[in-house]
Amino acid sequence: MNIPEDLRYSSDHEWVRIGDDGRAHVGITDFAQDALGDVVFVELPEVGAAFEAGAVMGEVESTKSVSDLFVPAAGTVVETNGELDDAPEKLNQDPYGEGWICILELSDAASVNDLMDAAAYRELTES
Amino acid sequence: MSNQTPLHGLHLELDGRMVDFAGWDLPIQYEGVIAEHTWCRSSASLFDVSHMGLIELHGDNPAAALERVNPAGLTTLKPGAIRYGFLLNDDGGVIDDLMVTNSGTHLSAVINASRRDVDVAYLRERLADIDVVERTDVAILAVQGPKAVDAIDRIAPGAADLFFLQSNTLTMAGVEVVVSRSGYTGEDGYELLVPTDAADAVARLILDQPEVNPAGLGARDTLRLEAGLCLYGNDLDETISPIEADLRWAIPKRRREAADFPGAGRILDEFENGPSRVRVGLAADGKRPVREHSVLSLDGEAVGEVTSGGFGPTVDRPVAMGFVRPDLAEVGTNLVADVRGKEVPITVAPLPFAPHRYLRAPKPTSTTN
Repeated sequence: MNIPEDLRYSSDHEWVRIGDDGRAHVGITDFAQDALGDVVFVELPEVGAAFEAGAVMGEVESTKSVSDLFVPAAGTVVETNGELDDAPEKLNQDPYGEGWICILELSDAASVNDLMDAAAYRELTES
Repeated sequence: MSNQTPLHGLHLELDGRMVDFAGWDLPIQYEGVIAEHTWCRSSASLFDVSHMGLIELHGDNPAAALERVNPAGLTTLKPGAIRYGFLLNDDGGVIDDLMVTNSGTHLSAVINASRRDVDVAYLRERLADIDVVERTDVAILAVQGPKAVDAIDRIAPGAADLFFLQSNTLTMAGVEVVVSRSGYTGEDGYELLVPTDAADAVARLILDQPEVNPAGLGARDTLRLEAGLCLYGNDLDETISPIEADLRWAIPKRRREAADFPGAGRILDEFENGPSRVRVGLAADGKRPVREHSVLSLDGEAVGEVTSGGFGPTVDRPVAMGFVRPDLAEVGTNLVADVRGKEVPITVAPLPFAPHRYLRAPKPTSTTN
């Protein structure tokens, strides 16, 4: 299971990467995409929508099931990965890269510290 | 604790992702649903369907006896021939759908895992003159896909001589296996009845053939949905008649004229005057799958419900089946599906979504009554 060291993780199996602009790039983890199976549809959040941490911001559908996408940290959606509309399989192929889901302007930049580091997330996935 | 099929160890060895299905621990996938689905349509796939029930009907003229609860033509079935049919309740609803083979001295039937106990009890109640035997010493394997014939005929010479819905006993890996040219994917292929203690060896021999990869329940479902085939519990149940399910082809003229099966009144009335709902194919616009239980509506009025739905890897778009008012069953009719509160446009579409590629006998002697 690929769990990059430089990311933060939510218990809902989303990752967060803080970019140079201070914004939070969000996607689902390798563990999550593997558990979902082949992704066939992603409902992205609306740009401009504001969410509390843990709120449902979208959906991921695989050949097997429908799963909610949860907001890892409170913020406002400033960009979404429109490529996923035509190529949802990118979530499976490159969950930490081309399969990113959205970028959030965090309500509180420090809230990212409430998320797990790679070691803690690895422990969660192995428990 | 789920039941385990004779191939359970092989599934684990192949890193299958195991799930409980109708009380059985079976792989939903190995490599991935889309890859397995696509492999089946282009080459050949091995499925473990040993969870399905195999029963035998012994006694004096079991075909005539089974016709008392099944509206298919069974007394006309030649030895080795296979026919699709249903067990009907007195209201004309489907207790189960099944494949019946004339095994010479008796009839054999493959029934749904979830309906096994219900079917056996019903048959024993209604066919008191017949001995209903449950076979638990047989594994059922399916090898499906355009290259299944190459793989199976290589290890069981003679398999290529069968046509669709014909069966024969052939030797494979040194054991006698009942080989049927049939399946549940819309592809050419075989279903095999293998003695339990030889199942693992036979499955490994099949997987050794270069055409064949293993496939799980996930691909089995997407394949049968694209093929427009009914799944019991979704598209068939005890309230749904064969006419509503658009399976009238399975009830031959001789049986309709005799009207000698349970629920014949309702079924013949629906045959003549049309049912109050009918199964159709449904194609959603866009990429969002529309799944079972989605309500179908027109101008805000509920007109039906989706009973099977998902993503069709071969057609590369969402596909579904459901029941609608008959006046809305015409191909091209635009409806709206409620997908968890969102309105998704959906259109009545021809079935199957992916063409059937069965190898039918030159003369359709096995498809008349």
